[in-house]
Amino acid sequence: MPLRKYTVLSVASILFVLAVWSVVTYSKLIDPLFLPTPGGTLEALSKEIDEGIFFKDVGVSFYRILMGFVISTIFAVPIGMMMATSRTWQAVWEPLIGLIRYMPAVAFIPLSILWFGTSDMQKFFILFLGVFFQEVIMIADNCKTVNKSLVEVGHTLGFTKGEITRSIVFRAALPGMVDTFRTTWGWAWTYLVVAELVAASEGLGFRIMQAQRYLSTDRIVLGILVIGLFGLITDQLFAWLYRRMFPWKTLEKAKG
Amino acid sequence: MAVHLAQEQPASKEVMLYAEDVTKTFMSNKKEITALDRVHLTIHQEEFVSLLGPSGCGKSTFLRLVAGLDAKTRGTLTLNGVPIEGAGRDRGVVFQQYSLLPWMHAWENVAFALKKTKGLTAAQKKEMAYHFLELVGLRGFEKHYPAQMSGGMQQRVAIARALVYRPKMLLMDEPFGALDAQTRRDMQDLLMRIWAEEKCSVLFVTHDVDEAIYLSDRVYVMSAHPGRVAKEMTIDMHKPRDWNDMLSDRFVHYKREIVSELERQKSLHKQALQA
Repeated sequence: MPLRKYTVLSVASILFVLAVWSVVTYSKLIDPLFLPTPGGTLEALSKEIDEGIFFKDVGVSFYRILMGFVISTIFAVPIGMMMATSRTWQAVWEPLIGLIRYMPAVAFIPLSILWFGTSDMQKFFILFLGVFFQEVIMIADNCKTVNKSLVEVGHTLGFTKGEITRSIVFRAALPGMVDTFRTTWGWAWTYLVVAELVAASEGLGFRIMQAQRYLSTDRIVLGILVIGLFGLITDQLFAWLYRRMFPWKTLEKAKG
Repeated sequence: MAVHLAQEQPASKEVMLYAEDVTKTFMSNKKEITALDRVHLTIHQEEFVSLLGPSGCGKSTFLRLVAGLDAKTRGTLTLNGVPIEGAGRDRGVVFQQYSLLPWMHAWENVAFALKKTKGLTAAQKKEMAYHFLELVGLRGFEKHYPAQMSGGMQQRVAIARALVYRPKMLLMDEPFGALDAQTRRDMQDLLMRIWAEEKCSVLFVTHDVDEAIYLSDRVYVMSAHPGRVAKEMTIDMHKPRDWNDMLSDRFVHYKREIVSELERQKSLHKQALQA
């Protein structure tokens, strides 16, 4: 499909949803208490900016998600690589991670408040639980799918196991890892908002919860839309990063 | 004349690779499978030896033992008199599937093999990589990614990578098996030229009879189930060879001998299955 046609279709699908939204709200088919008009939502945005809370909320949420994600990733990458390249470390980590992975992060919220109060640490903790245990399994998979013959090349060139892991396995698995980051970053948003909904005094999730108390549906919808938009932007950033970091991947795809 | 011939014989050179009673078994579904059964062979310095046989005859398994990528079950296997234990830089390996690092340019793939070489500056390593790429006819392609090159070109890079650190022995596992017929012919001539220049021992695994005769000083014909050496044959033809030699009486004679041996093995195997 030519790129222009693709763009036209993408814009059209968004415009269509906007149009349906406009029709059902401006025609008073749905009470604004339940769903605000697009214009009303924009008004809520300008009000929040005037009150000086919008950018603060965005900043706080972004800081929390970034920290939670970075902490998870700092642990997930080396541990995932260890699990993929060493039977011993796999035996040590896998049962533990496999068990905790199935404990819903959300169920830890009461415990997290008990331990960390409503501080940022509590958000990092929930983010870590939600992200790390999934991420580490995916990173291990990224490393396990590295072509075995590349590892053998390392052996024939006289490399040690550590050198092979660093300069072959890691590099070969890196594109897959960036894809993993892209996916887990999306999950991180979900866990952040859940954590902020329950226990916070600022942040996008908190704002949504507070708006519910005052029946400010416009601010609820605004919060949800902003989160969606940020998700989309960061997702595109990851895609751009991928193309920049791995030009050879694009070549491989072109070759088929 | 006899004296002259003796000097020409590769047997007069020192032994590079020595295999005696090399056996390799592995477990499959709780049953012991014998992949290699008491293989005995010798490769001398600067000798080009092919291991020829049908798929499943263990020829690639044997190469992997020599490369140190797998361990033998029994027997003696020495390189330059030293038992082979694990992979090492005294051997260069070329795999069928090229196995280049896709994130590196061609020259970086070659220079990668020099990573462990001490006493060379980065500039010297790059220079050597460029030199060996030129040797395999890839001048001007130094900054191409593997994905930008054809299979034949990728295999040339892999050969340059295996040669750049000057191993004593080159191990090639059906290196041209994935290439089209014309490219394969070009690669065979290229390999013959490089071998004449670089002077190293070569263990060349193939299932292509013409290829084995064309390139080799000696050919070991293997049989399958279990993998054994069935026949050893010295190819007494001048080198370098060209396509004309493939039509010579002598070439055809060798080919007839080898093909009839392979056919004999096949019918033996069929009888064994029926019994």
